[in-house]
Amino acid sequence: MTGSILTLALGFAMVCVSLSILLNLFRLWRGPTSADRILAVDTLTINAIALVVLFGIAYATASYFEAALLLAMVGFVGTVAYCKFLLRGDIVE
Amino acid sequence: MNLLAEILIATLLVLGGLFTLVGSWGLAKLPSLMTRLHGPTKATTLGVGACLIASMIYFPVFGGTYSTHELLITLFLFLTAPVSANMIAKAHIHRQGRGIDSNPSDGIIDGLPRPPNNSDWATFVGAGPVRSEEEG
Repeated sequence: MTGSILTLALGFAMVCVSLSILLNLFRLWRGPTSADRILAVDTLTINAIALVVLFGIAYATASYFEAALLLAMVGFVGTVAYCKFLLRGDIVE
Repeated sequence: MNLLAEILIATLLVLGGLFTLVGSWGLAKLPSLMTRLHGPTKATTLGVGACLIASMIYFPVFGGTYSTHELLITLFLFLTAPVSANMIAKAHIHRQGRGIDSNPSDGIIDGLPRPPNNSDWATFVGAGPVRSEEEG
C-alpha cells in the first residue's frame, strides 16, 4: 500500500460495498416476489465483483481479475436462466 | 505524477463506493420492483465501473504491470446490466399479467390493466399468431 489517502479511500470503498452487500441480502431475504430475489442476486454478484477488485488493489495482485470476470459472466448467465425459468418454467427448451 | 494518480484513484474509489451504496440502498428502500430496478441497474453499475477504472489506473502506476482485464469486465458489465434488467422486468410483468405475483405498492393486485385502444401489451402480443401456427 502506498499513501495514506489511498488506504483511506480503499477502506471507505470496502465499507460501502460491504454495506451494500448487507442491503442486498436484506432484499434477498425480504423480497416479496421472485423477481425481487433475482434482482437481489444479480446486484449481489455485481457487488461481489466490486469487492474482489478492491481486494485486488489492496493486495496489489492482478490475479483477482479472472475471478471478477468469471463472476460477471456467470452472474449474467444465472440471471438470464432464472428469468427464463420464471417465464417458461423451463430453462432449456 | 504519483500524487496526482493517487488522488485520482482515491476519488474514483470513493465515488465508486458511494454509488454502489446508493444503488443498493435504493434496492432495499424503494417500494415496488419496477422502481427497485432503477438502483442496481444504474447506480451500482456506475459504482463498479468507477472501482474498475480506479484499478485500471492503479496497476500501471504502482504495480508496474498493465492488463486490460478491468476494461473487459467494465464493458461486459455495462453491456449485460440493461439486458438482465430487461429480462427481470419482463419476467415480472408476465407474472403480474397472469396474476401470480400481486404487488399492492404498484396498485396492481390481479393482473395488469389493459392499455388503451383495445390492444394488449406488446410483450403479451409479441409474434403470437405466427408462433402458435408454428407450434400447433
